[in-house]
Amino acid sequence: MSATQAAFGLCGYVAATCLLAFLFPQSVLAFLSFQASLLLLYYVDAPRKVKLFLGASVLFVLLPALGWLNGYYLEIAIQIGIFVALALGLNIVVGFVGLLNLGFVAFYAIGAYLWAIFGSPQANAFIPGGWFPLSPNWFFVFLLLSIAVGALTGILLGLPVLRLRGDYLAIVTLGFAEVVRALMNNLDKPINLTNGPRGISPIAKPPLFFEPLLQFIGIDVPSAMLYPLYFYFLILIMVGIIILVTRRLENSRVGRAWKAIREDEVAASAMGVPVVRMKLLGFAVGASFASAVGVLFASKQVFINPESFTFMESIGVLAMVILGGMGSVPGAILGATGVTILNLQLLKGLSLWLNGLRQSGAELVIPFLGSYSLSQLPAQFEPAKYERMVFGLILILMMIFRPQGVLPPAQERKK
Amino acid sequence: MELALEILPQVLLDGIVLGFMYALIALGYTMVYGVLEFINFAHSEIFVLGAFVGVEVMLLLQSAGLLDTFHPAVILLLVITTGMIISGFAAMALERVAYRPLLGGPRLVALISAIGASFFLQDGLRLFESLWRNTFYLNYPSLEYLDHTVPLAGNLVIPVKSMLVIFTALLTLAGLHFFVNRTKLGMGIRAVAQDPDTASLMGVPVKRVIALTFFVGGALGGLAGVLFGIHYSLVNPYSGFIPGLKAFTAAVLGGIGNIPGAMVGGMILGLLEAFAASYLSLITNGAFGAEYKDVVAFLVLILILIFRPKGILGETVRESKA
Repeated sequence: MSATQAAFGLCGYVAATCLLAFLFPQSVLAFLSFQASLLLLYYVDAPRKVKLFLGASVLFVLLPALGWLNGYYLEIAIQIGIFVALALGLNIVVGFVGLLNLGFVAFYAIGAYLWAIFGSPQANAFIPGGWFPLSPNWFFVFLLLSIAVGALTGILLGLPVLRLRGDYLAIVTLGFAEVVRALMNNLDKPINLTNGPRGISPIAKPPLFFEPLLQFIGIDVPSAMLYPLYFYFLILIMVGIIILVTRRLENSRVGRAWKAIREDEVAASAMGVPVVRMKLLGFAVGASFASAVGVLFASKQVFINPESFTFMESIGVLAMVILGGMGSVPGAILGATGVTILNLQLLKGLSLWLNGLRQSGAELVIPFLGSYSLSQLPAQFEPAKYERMVFGLILILMMIFRPQGVLPPAQERKK
Repeated sequence: MELALEILPQVLLDGIVLGFMYALIALGYTMVYGVLEFINFAHSEIFVLGAFVGVEVMLLLQSAGLLDTFHPAVILLLVITTGMIISGFAAMALERVAYRPLLGGPRLVALISAIGASFFLQDGLRLFESLWRNTFYLNYPSLEYLDHTVPLAGNLVIPVKSMLVIFTALLTLAGLHFFVNRTKLGMGIRAVAQDPDTASLMGVPVKRVIALTFFVGGALGGLAGVLFGIHYSLVNPYSGFIPGLKAFTAAVLGGIGNIPGAMVGGMILGLLEAFAASYLSLITNGAFGAEYKDVVAFLVLILILIFRPKGILGETVRESKA
């Protein structure tokens, strides 16, 4: 197949699936096949310009347009974006430096609570003066601040523990995340910092600084409808920046030092790589990504509590990185997208479908065994509730059959 | 101060019971680490499996109306042995399916597979119980006999439940000590822990010894699960995570790979936790209460790993390349 044919094929595929998703807004399958167009873009060999054009039009025009018509699509896209950003952050720590961090969610939580506490009336509980919630304009300041805070906590945790051997490090980071969660759960006394298990709300959304501009050109939409699109573009930009930073780091002196440490710490150190400093840097960079995403997550959710930051989330992100391929940027993106879609669309869709069957009360006739009324399907049998099982299976199967992941990094592929 | 002294015996008792449970679970971590140098992350699920087998056996006996006909000791013996055997075999199966294919590869690969197994087992148990009993929060049926108390010195009483935990644990630990140090199989385990390659040259069937280690560790975890269930009565598929993490802490505290170390570490951690739960709010004037007992346990883990990564009972672990 020539490159031109491929280009036409791609255009046709994108147009067709977009139309399908537009015509059948309820269909999970239509939207899935539309999402698959991005994957196809990555794999198919077509002129670079065509690919770029198609990719940009999907991400910047078609998906937002579909999302405008069906808010659910946009919600999924935002969730995917958040997990892609987290997976890219963890990919630096696990994939590049080779440190298994089981408490990655702690940094995400720290970022989220940073904005949640000051972007809501919560901070009034311990800082007198009634200054809070801060005006939405502070959002971007806190986004920058969270990068610094995330990096700082990463370094503070890393300093004592990075000398540990791999599996000990994993358990200590896990313990750290549990400590952070216990603190979030319990620091509502003696001073009410986090409001405990009740969580914090309402958390301010980012400022709509472009609203006057929109009104100026004559577009007047209520801000409630603007926000999902706004968050979509924010996370898109954030993921873009993270990809850029990761790519630059990967091919730099630092990135090569990281990989050297991953392959053989002793040899790297003998070659003059400052092992501890480089490990700390990796920890800090990953943590700062997670923390920045946390700020966005908090303001998108409006309400957060410690339940959003369990060990489960850490493992979910880990499963994404491993599925995609440790140390591979496209892999992390693919893994995060795949697992999120699996979780939010496929499992939920399957649950809904089973529920439908249950309510229809249809009879399932099995030859020789008699019939079984589907209304008797146990109510507990809901695939959406078994995401742990799915994550677990992904981890075991990947480790046994393809430890390098679906899209391993380039050097690995050569081997 | 008076209050502090008044609750002291109770705190000690709680700590000892908890300590024995942690010790039993920690042994599973430590023995597997000894032979394979790898953290069996799914051990906490083997522990929960024991608790579930126990509750199932008791519920089945109850529905058959046999719970009151037999002597409580017979019932307990039955529950404990079934729990131990099934957990032991489950641990062996786990090793066969999720770990053996990865033997010899990088350690992190096996650890990640273990985490996957842990998650899979949690939801697997949940799915099974959901389909079987339509709920996955199960309550141990109460045995009246176990709720009795025995008077000790002064006005101090000790519940039969706690005595059951203490005596069973002591008996098992003594048995384990004999097994590991005085039998041929135990010698095989020790040989593989010291050096698998040389052991294999000396005719020790290394793979079988590893499977045996998983069986023994799993059975001890299952025993801890049954005792946990009998003592605290409520179990769910996710209740193993925190005790598992703490038992691992205990194993590290005592020196991972070291069998007496796991017992000592478990006891220290149990006592520490009981003291934190009761005295933290007294010490800090109510600012920090019992809810920080988990934080204390994890801080202990972090501190030990930083200052004495070999644990209290020192060095028995081979240093090899990570």
